[in-house]
Amino acid sequence: MLIRKPNDIPSSEITSQSAYLNRRNFISGAAAAGAMALGADRVGQLVDPTSKVYAGTKLETVTSPLSTTGETLTTLKDITSYNNFYEFGSDKGDPARYAGKLQTRPWTVSVEGLVKNKKTFDIDMLLKLVPLEERVYRLRCVEAWSMVIPWVGYSLSEFIKRCEPLGSAKYVQFLSLADPKQMPYMKTVSLNWPYSEGLRMDEAMHPLTLLTFGLYGEALPNQDGAPVRLIVPWKYGFKSAKSIVKIRFVAEQPHTAWNDMAPREYGFYSNVNPDVDHPRWTQRNERRIGEAFYKQRRATLMFNGYGDQVAQLYTGMDLKKNF
Amino acid sequence: MSNGKIVTLKVLVWLACLYPLASLVYRAVFTSLGPDPTHTITFSTGLATIRLLVISLAITPLRRLSPRLSWLIRFRRLLGLFAFFYVSLHLLTYVGLYSYFDVKAIGADILKRRYVTAGMAAWFLLLPLALTSTKWSIRKLGKNWQKLHRLVYVAATLGVIHYWWLVKSGVRTPVTITVMLGVVLLARPLTTWIKNRPRPTTDNVTTSA
Repeated sequence: MLIRKPNDIPSSEITSQSAYLNRRNFISGAAAAGAMALGADRVGQLVDPTSKVYAGTKLETVTSPLSTTGETLTTLKDITSYNNFYEFGSDKGDPARYAGKLQTRPWTVSVEGLVKNKKTFDIDMLLKLVPLEERVYRLRCVEAWSMVIPWVGYSLSEFIKRCEPLGSAKYVQFLSLADPKQMPYMKTVSLNWPYSEGLRMDEAMHPLTLLTFGLYGEALPNQDGAPVRLIVPWKYGFKSAKSIVKIRFVAEQPHTAWNDMAPREYGFYSNVNPDVDHPRWTQRNERRIGEAFYKQRRATLMFNGYGDQVAQLYTGMDLKKNF
Repeated sequence: MSNGKIVTLKVLVWLACLYPLASLVYRAVFTSLGPDPTHTITFSTGLATIRLLVISLAITPLRRLSPRLSWLIRFRRLLGLFAFFYVSLHLLTYVGLYSYFDVKAIGADILKRRYVTAGMAAWFLLLPLALTSTKWSIRKLGKNWQKLHRLVYVAATLGVIHYWWLVKSGVRTPVTITVMLGVVLLARPLTTWIKNRPRPTTDNVTTSA
């Protein structure tokens, strides 16, 4: 029996090579359009926030004795979808939605001020300076919520030593990137840009103070402050500047962003302290992110539970006055 | 507006008013209330309250626009009572989830934290309004009923102030609802003024010429 072969496929039906090669773009475009139809607030959940080229790169780490034990880690999803990063908007979901535009390569951190080694460090050089460690820390936000995050980085002191600060350097100032082209929502919040934070030299040199490049074993997602940020676990979260481009060694206490905005509410020190309330709300308790609503609440610990290591930095100081 | 249409609309308004609660329950049971569920519950019940208050306050100025809109009045009590329902849920989340029913801590909060003071005051102002929403009370109170129910202006304003005192300085999320409340409150004196405005007569025109 003769089986009739169908006629050749007309050339008009053949998908062009370029269209064939771009089919994924077409599909993701359609997905994005669908996401728009669902409402803009859902886009961030559908478009994977960690899909940027550098974010998500695996980082080799060694374990650290300074890592916090006995806490349940907050999920990666919550850490990457519930953020305060006001350059990308003031809603907790905004950074995951809008930080995709941030270019984290090439990236440099320039060192200025009272230092022998005035130099610009490339991010890839910083990543290799000393072995990266995994450090689990509690993070306590001034808004009375908290997380437990496995950061990746090394003690800031390792970096500072290599900068060789002069004896006259008493404080370190950290400046974040402020580029309205990449951070389109900067204007929606009336903070003093660029975001500025600062530490006293002994705080900056404390081994717990972490120069941070990643979390959960991978490079930082943009919304968490890529490619390099600070983590100071015994202070409220806003002290830990994100997406740092400049580190200055200075003689006087530097101005800091939230302190400029509301000096009565956000002090320079901003150590986690259940006995010093925010003028408008209590700091005695916190809500652990990711827990069910009936078991979120827990008592806030002095210095966020790191008092054994850091309390001696503040002996003789009135922490109610120097809040 | 026929009675049939009113009944259909009432069903729709009930469904719309129940939506914020239904959404919370659905998310709590089947999906998730997000990373900070306590905050999600507090925020959505608070927002539902202030939105319902603004909508209920829009009814009077809308009715003044045209006599054909007079049927809107039949929805005002429903909206007001739903606002009270949500503000009570909101208060309950504060008492239960934030304060763990610690009466002493709540008392201290009311004295010390102005956003709690404002929020509590608003709830106490809305309470007598909810209690006197029956036909019997309206008849019994007569002219005083209207006077009493003017407290809703104060309560709604306190609600918006409460919202501003809660957010971090520099955050402007309460702007939209503040403007909306401002519009529905200012619409009252404005419509009164337009109604009572002396109309220019031809006499006036000739004298000025």
